[in-house]
Amino acid sequence: MADITIRAVRKSYGKTATLHGIDLAFASGEFVVILGPSGCGKSTLLRMIAGLEDITGGEIEINGRVVNKLEPRERGCAMVFQNYALYPHMTVADNIGYALKVAGVPKAERRARIAETAKIVGLGDYLERKPAALSGGQRQRVAMARAIIREPGVFLFDEPLSNLDATLRVTMRAEIRKLHQRLSATSVFVTHDQVEAMTLADKLVVMNKGHVEQVGQPLDIYHRPASTFVASFIGAPPMNLMDARIDASATVARHEHLAIPISSAMAAALAGRDVTLGIRPEECRVVPAGEGLPARVDFVEELGSGRIVHAAFGSRIFAAAIPLDIRVASGDLIGLALPPAQLHVFDRETGRRLDVTHSIGRYEPVRQAAEAV
Amino acid sequence: MDKRAVFRSWWLPTAFALPQLALIALFFYWPAVAVVRWAFTLEPPFGGSAEFVGLANFRDVFADPLYWNSVVVSLTFALAGTLSTIFIGLVLALAVDRQLPGSGAVRFLYILPYAIAGPAAGMAFRFILSPERGLMASVNSAFPDFWNPAKYGSHALILVIVVFAWKWAGYTFIFLLAGLQSVPKSLTEAAAMDGSGPVRRAIDIQIPMLAPTLFFLTVIMMTEGFVGADTYGIVARTTDGGPNHGTDVMVYRIVEEAFRGLNYSGASAQSIVLIGLIMIFTFIQFRFVERRVHYK
Repeated sequence: MADITIRAVRKSYGKTATLHGIDLAFASGEFVVILGPSGCGKSTLLRMIAGLEDITGGEIEINGRVVNKLEPRERGCAMVFQNYALYPHMTVADNIGYALKVAGVPKAERRARIAETAKIVGLGDYLERKPAALSGGQRQRVAMARAIIREPGVFLFDEPLSNLDATLRVTMRAEIRKLHQRLSATSVFVTHDQVEAMTLADKLVVMNKGHVEQVGQPLDIYHRPASTFVASFIGAPPMNLMDARIDASATVARHEHLAIPISSAMAAALAGRDVTLGIRPEECRVVPAGEGLPARVDFVEELGSGRIVHAAFGSRIFAAAIPLDIRVASGDLIGLALPPAQLHVFDRETGRRLDVTHSIGRYEPVRQAAEAV
Repeated sequence: MDKRAVFRSWWLPTAFALPQLALIALFFYWPAVAVVRWAFTLEPPFGGSAEFVGLANFRDVFADPLYWNSVVVSLTFALAGTLSTIFIGLVLALAVDRQLPGSGAVRFLYILPYAIAGPAAGMAFRFILSPERGLMASVNSAFPDFWNPAKYGSHALILVIVVFAWKWAGYTFIFLLAGLQSVPKSLTEAAAMDGSGPVRRAIDIQIPMLAPTLFFLTVIMMTEGFVGADTYGIVARTTDGGPNHGTDVMVYRIVEEAFRGLNYSGASAQSIVLIGLIMIFTFIQFRFVERRVHYK
C-alpha cells in the first residue's frame, strides 16, 4: 500500500524533451491506467517511477518519501515488463524467487513462498521448467509471480498484455484485475489499448506528446473528453469531429454548406465562435433521406450485434453505429440526425473542451458523469 | 528452394578457385605433409636423402626432460593467459557496457592493444618491466630481487603472460562487449527491480547469458596460447625462452629446434604431438564444458 505523487516531472534526452511537467497523484490501492499513443511518454513516466530512468526535473514521491535519488530496489516497486524479461537460464522457481534470494531470505522460507505465489498465478506444476519451455501466457504469469512475491507497495505494468494473443489478453486482463483486488497494492498500468484502459482503470490518465490530456474515471473521460485528442483517441470507432461556426441567429452550427441544429443555449453562449463539434458514432442516428442532414453511404461494417455506417457528410466521412433493423447499402442517400444534446464542443484553436455550463452557467452539452455511472 | 547461380561448365569454376587452391596447397598442405614425413625420417639439415626411422624421433622427444618442461610451461602459459585475458576483457566489457559518459573513447582505447604486434608489445614490456629501469625498479631498490625476469624463470613467465594478456584482453573485450550488448536490457532492469546491485547483476544475469561467448573465447584463447604466432613472437622478443628454459613454451622450442638447431625431424615430431594435444584439449572442452552452456 503506497500513494504516489508526481510533481512537475520533466524528462529530456539531451535537448529533446519527452515529458513537459507532469502532475499526478495516485491514491493508495488505486488501479491507475496511463493510456496514450506510442511515443507519448507514458512508458518513460512509468520507468521514472520505477527508478530505471533519471528524472530531469520535478519530484516523484512514493508513500511520502521523495524517491528521485533512490535506487530501484529502495523504492518498493515491482514491475512487469512488456517482454516479461524472465531470466532465461533460471527455472521458473528461481525466476520467481530471485528477489528473495537477493534479499537473503533463508532457503526453506523462500521455497515455501515460491510455492505459495506460484499457486496464486496457477503455475504450481511448472516450477522446474525453464522459461523457454513455457507458453506466452505462462511466461506472463511467471512475470507477475515475480512481482507479487516481493509484496510491493506499488505494482508497475509496462504494456504487459501486448505480446499475447487476443483471447489470452482478455483472460489475463481479468486476472490482473482480480489480483489487484486481492493484493490491494497501488497499480500503475501503461497501455496503448483503450479497451484495457477502460476495463481495468479506477483512474485513467490520458497522455499525448509528453503532456497529460485528462485524468478521471474511465466513463467520465468517455462521456466528457477534455480535448479533441481524447475524444478521438477513446472510443471505437472514434468520435466524429468537424469544424463549424456557431450561427446564433439560426441556432445552427455551420459546417461547409451544412447547417447542424444546436441548442439555443449553445447558440447563445458561443455565438459567432469557430469551434470543433464532435459526436460519438453511437449518438448519430440514421434517418430516411430528406430528413436530417444529407449524407451518402460510403461503406458498411457488419459487427454482428449492429453495424457501422461510414457516410460521406460534407467533405468528410462520418461513422454512425446503427441497430440491425436499419438496412443501408453503399451509395444510398440517407439522412443523419445529430441530437443537439449529444454534441461535444471544443475550441478550434486549442482543441480544449468548451464546458459552457462551467464558464457561463447556462448550457449543458452532455450528461453529467455521475448520471452516466 | 534456395536459388543459386549454377555454372554450366566445370572448367570455369575450377579456374576461379585455382589461385586459392594453389595458395592453400603451397603454403598449407605441402608443409603439413612435409612435417608428417619428417617426423618419421631423419632429415639431414643440409639436404640429401632422408632415412626412415619409424618412431625414433618421438622416443627422443619424450625422453628429453626439457621437452616435458616445455609442456608444463606451455600449459601454465596458456591457462594463465586464457584466464587473465578473459577476466580482464570481462571486467572492461562490464564497465563499458554501463555506457557512462566517455565510454565510447575508452572502448576504442581498450581495443587498441590488439592492433599492436605481439613481438613489439614484448619489446615494450621488456623496458616497462625491466628490473633495473622499469616500473618495478623502485620496488627492487627497496626489496632487492623482488622482480627479476632475467634471473628467475617464474618472473619471466609472469612477464610473458602479462604481455600476452595486455595484448589479447582487447580481443576478448570486443567479443564480450558484443555479447553483453545482446543481453536484453530489460533483463538487467528486471534484476535491478528485484533488488540486485550492479555486481550481483553481472554475476547472476549477465555472465550466465555470456556463457556461449565465454566458451568460444576459452577455446580460441587456449589454442592461441598453445600455438599462436603471437605466443612465439612474444617469447622470442621478450625472454628468448629463458632464463634456464623458464619460458620455453612448446612453439618456441619447436621453432628454435628446427631453425637454430636444424633438427627438422625432432621439431616435426614435437609439432605433431602439439597438434594432438590441441585436439585433445578442444575435444575435452566441447565434450565436458559445452554441455553446461545455455545458448538461449
